[in-house]
Amino acid sequence: MSESESGLKLPKYSPIPEGEDPSNFAEYRSTKYRFPKRPLFHLPPSIGEITGPLLGEDRVGPHDHDLTAHGHGEPLGERIIVHGRLLDSGGRPIPGQLIEIWQANACGRYVHKVDQHPAPLDPNFTGVGRTVTDAEGRYRFITIKPGAYPWGNHHNAWRPQHIHFSITGRALPQRLVTQMYFPGDPLFVQDPIFNAVRDEKARNRMISRLDLEETVPEWALAYQWDIVLRGPDETPNIETAEEHG
Amino acid sequence: MSSTPDTVGPYPLPSVEPTFGPTPSQTVGPYFSFGLTEPWDEREDAVAPYRTDAIEIFGQVFDGLGEPIPDAMIETWQADPDGRFNHPDDPRGAVPYEGFRGFARSGTDEQGNWRVRTLKPGSIPAADGVTPQAPHIVVTVMARGVLRQLTTRIYFGDEPEANAADPVLQSLPEDARRTLIAEPVEGRGYRFDIHLQGDDETAFFQF
Ligand SMILES: [Fe+3]
Repeated sequence: MSESESGLKLPKYSPIPEGEDPSNFAEYRSTKYRFPKRPLFHLPPSIGEITGPLLGEDRVGPHDHDLTAHGHGEPLGERIIVHGRLLDSGGRPIPGQLIEIWQANACGRYVHKVDQHPAPLDPNFTGVGRTVTDAEGRYRFITIKPGAYPWGNHHNAWRPQHIHFSITGRALPQRLVTQMYFPGDPLFVQDPIFNAVRDEKARNRMISRLDLEETVPEWALAYQWDIVLRGPDETPNIETAEEHG
Repeated sequence: MSSTPDTVGPYPLPSVEPTFGPTPSQTVGPYFSFGLTEPWDEREDAVAPYRTDAIEIFGQVFDGLGEPIPDAMIETWQADPDGRFNHPDDPRGAVPYEGFRGFARSGTDEQGNWRVRTLKPGSIPAADGVTPQAPHIVVTVMARGVLRQLTTRIYFGDEPEANAADPVLQSLPEDARRTLIAEPVEGRGYRFDIHLQGDDETAFFQF
């Protein structure tokens, strides 16, 4: 934390780890003409970058966290619970934060006009959800396990099963769009998007774990996945970090 | 995207347990719109429709071949016309500004077009406590093929004096500085094109 002469307190955010910059990853072909070739310029933190939109309750309806409740009947596929906590890199929970998710249906098909995968749409599943974290930073979705889908990046390219997550955070450095994966997916070995994160420990943070404790017997398996946003100010809350590490 | 005969990998299977640390970024992918923009009628403006003093900021997003990007998403965050942020960490306090919330989100269409309606921000207190920053808007850009969001700033072409004194603009080389200036367009607002790559590549920041 540094204090400028004008009295603005400017928290520090941990730098983006090496290999996670918005860079070229040739095996993910769409990066080729879409990554900036010039190095990123340093932007000294100022009030505009240590704040950000606080999106919350006003965007969330009562059933938005339950993606199985958006049609006239039950969607097809394997019902699952996806839950976890939203923390900062000091291990502190982030309450009151909007989490937006989108995903393919059980057959690996998105409700999107560009998705041409010849798999059926499900009239009872849109694959869109959102929720707000509670006072302990917890979130919980009920959804359908998404199917793998082909994507044409290379010969016989299939995406591992995943759910897209978007979190705005409390300040712009915390803005995160990522994907949650499922443990033991055999498609990890050929997915350049997952493997674009070069550090194995970091990469594995995108994989949820099967959570039998939160599983509801006779109803739905649960997967647990904590999301960790950068900073502010790296003073780890060791107890929380270890307990949930 | 067409299929290619090439293969990738094989990459190693995960061999270590996850450890505590920041969750890495992944691309927003090509299919975000039904989750992030369509629920809000394709885009969200920073200002309520009734504000007649709203301006429009619009432009196109291009790739390194000069082709428009039809699957990009733009988000903007900014101060109100008095230079304040509606956020508890603004030391002047979060002061709501009628009909204004500072945040907007827009997808791009087939021609790479995006647009948001907003109010022109005021100048912003200095990071160094001396030189105020020229009015500007912070912009993040996401797209298929972009692994982590890109961040830049929009400055206004009709603020030459404030821009000439702005410490961030002045820290940039001339060819990067010019990519951050939105040009006034009579009767509509300001045009701000974004080039992810190429001769006109937009200056992007890390912070
Ligand atoms: Fe996907």
